[in-house]
Amino acid sequence: MTRRTRRPALAVAAAVALVVTACAGQGDDDATDDTDANATETADGGDEAGSDEPVTIEWWHNSNNPPGRDVYEQAAEDFMTANPNVTIEISAQAHEDMVTRLEAAMQAGDMPDIFMERGGGELLAKVDAGLIKDITDDAAETIGKLGGSVAGWQVDDRTYALPFSLGVVGFWYNTDLFQQAGISEPPETLDDWVASVGAIKDAGIEPVSVGAGDAWPAAHYWYYAALRQCAQDVLTEALASLDFSDECFVRAGETVQTIVEAEPFNAGFLTTVAQEGPTSASGLLATGKVAMEMQGHWEPGVMQGLTEDGTGLGEQTAWFPFPSVPDAEGDPAAVLGGGDAWAASADAPDAAVDFIEYLLSDEVQQTFAENSMGLPVNPAATQFVADPAMAELLEVRDSAPYAQLYLDTYLGQSIGGALNEAVVDMFAGQASPQDIVDALQEAVAAEQ
Amino acid sequence: MTDAITGSAGGASEAPPADPGSTDVARPQVRRSRRRDNWRKRAEIVFFVTPALALFVLFVIVPVLTAVQMSVYRWKGFGPLEDFVGLGNYTSVLTDDDFHEALAHTMTIVVGSIILQLPLGLAVALLLNRRMRGQGLLRMIVFVPFVLSEVIAGVIWFQLLQPRYGVLDTLMGSVGLPVPEQGWLGDSDFALWTVLIVLTWKYLGLPILLFLAGMQSIPDELYESAQLDGASWWQAQRNITFPLLGPTMRTWAFLSMIGSLQQFDMVWVLTHGGPAGATSTIVTFLINEGTERYNFGIAGAASVILFVIALTMAIAYQRLFLRRDTREAGR
Repeated sequence: MTRRTRRPALAVAAAVALVVTACAGQGDDDATDDTDANATETADGGDEAGSDEPVTIEWWHNSNNPPGRDVYEQAAEDFMTANPNVTIEISAQAHEDMVTRLEAAMQAGDMPDIFMERGGGELLAKVDAGLIKDITDDAAETIGKLGGSVAGWQVDDRTYALPFSLGVVGFWYNTDLFQQAGISEPPETLDDWVASVGAIKDAGIEPVSVGAGDAWPAAHYWYYAALRQCAQDVLTEALASLDFSDECFVRAGETVQTIVEAEPFNAGFLTTVAQEGPTSASGLLATGKVAMEMQGHWEPGVMQGLTEDGTGLGEQTAWFPFPSVPDAEGDPAAVLGGGDAWAASADAPDAAVDFIEYLLSDEVQQTFAENSMGLPVNPAATQFVADPAMAELLEVRDSAPYAQLYLDTYLGQSIGGALNEAVVDMFAGQASPQDIVDALQEAVAAEQ
Repeated sequence: MTDAITGSAGGASEAPPADPGSTDVARPQVRRSRRRDNWRKRAEIVFFVTPALALFVLFVIVPVLTAVQMSVYRWKGFGPLEDFVGLGNYTSVLTDDDFHEALAHTMTIVVGSIILQLPLGLAVALLLNRRMRGQGLLRMIVFVPFVLSEVIAGVIWFQLLQPRYGVLDTLMGSVGLPVPEQGWLGDSDFALWTVLIVLTWKYLGLPILLFLAGMQSIPDELYESAQLDGASWWQAQRNITFPLLGPTMRTWAFLSMIGSLQQFDMVWVLTHGGPAGATSTIVTFLINEGTERYNFGIAGAASVILFVIALTMAIAYQRLFLRRDTREAGR
């Protein structure tokens, strides 16, 4: 469970730095005042929350540092002011701790009322076990407002959680090193990309870092290749039926093979971890040892945590989407991504759902965006994202024909894990494109 | 823990309180007092053993039984155990290529550790057994890695072994020695051997310490008489030290074997079982299946299989090598 799980926590770390550098000393008070004023208008209106019976809601989140922690404390405060019968008990924990405790809580069936949920097959297992509240009807209005973003948290057209941050995966790169290698425009096609890898190598720089030791960062290449090689309906159908016999999945492996054969990766990438320490894939990018890395929206925040001055790559940070693949059937603008959502436990009071809706309201999401706590999902808040690289990423996300949830999250740990391991085998030169599809199909068979 | 407490309780009960007046008292009274003593003895045993036994049951027996129970269900970690699959999980573990690889790696570590550490440990112990200056300091230095937490040692080695930027690669590069392109841990051909060498570094202190202690218990007269008979130093070691160290070596090898079978921490810190499964062990396999992939039934089955393997090897070893030692010790 070390995969991807630190992301939100690190996004918060990012936020710390951004707030310190960008918004230092100004606007903080105003922002809180705004929330106060708006909160009293919109924070009530819940059916049960409006009644007098005292309700206590236990809320676990991972924003355990300012400003995230303060933003959430304020949100809870505002909601309680508007609904005097509701008491919200916040437990802000370091992300890894929260995930571990949450797992134990779920196994024991003694869960907090509101918690974070990543969707996909992981959600499905919990829904099957009857652990999560169906909020389709109670939160209908907010679900309508968030639109297609909610899809990753729906099972059989019922909604089980509301996403509050959605990011996409792409290449983060060091503009200085790109310049040194004589690359002025980020690559748009796979051929361009391979050519730029060659140019960077010629300049004596390691082109790309990848944390294949953690498997998922390597597996992202295959997911993206599948997005490019498979038409949307083929991919959707395969993921629904768990039948990956379409030729496009073998071609996805071939695309990855093309990438691996260009030898773009850092020395020792097979044991490089994703984001812990200066020798991790993110650390290598943050310290200028490699020119680029394919990662999610949390990357700037991760990098800030890995440099001594806390600025990461600073102004040299830039982003470009995964290149298009020539003659492929998939949409070149489709994106791979994922995010975090608020879910309520099956026996949570209705006021918990009201509070989740409040967390997705325009004003809370706006504060969320202003504090760089993530990439807001509420369309009314997206314009408030301050960071230019993030804003660009958001533009790509919002103009994409569709966003595919990380395949391992979508498929659940068991099948997703098998897929990731098979992709790493390919990175190690020990698996063919067909082997990956076979491993995937075997894991599916073992599940049935 | 239980052993210790049972032992002490037994020890206490072996010395019944002397009854000075017993010779003058009539027989029924003796019997009654003896019966009372028996009861007291039992009460004492129960009193002293219960807390330890309760903890043992709670934290050892119950989890073991839970693992066995889990191993016959398909379970994703949530909700009740319902999907009974019988021995299905065992079949899938035993036919899984990844498990075969993990088993092979584990056995390599078991055998490799003994093959590397036995001669090295003996050699260093022989060296340190000689009178020399700074002997105490040297002994301590040799023993330090063993005391170090395995995770800390792992993190240190992980950094030392970093490809390109690590100390080892930098040193080797500066004297013109070739290093593997992917680093020592990133290359499937070297990774397991690198882990084995780090494990040897980490655990070599134990055989040295045990062998030194064993050597010191060998009476000096034996060496003196060997010297009188004209035996060389090497002959004395071969015919006196090594045979008399036999029981110590066999006990150490047993400990080493059990430790290697359970090898997890170092591998997990250094490689996570990678690259591409090249350093997986049975325990990394079951952790991967359990907490990473949520196949708790498979993980349960793998842990039961590991238990059986460890038990079989322990009993076999006991029968083949340790029997004589324990019999002698019992005399």
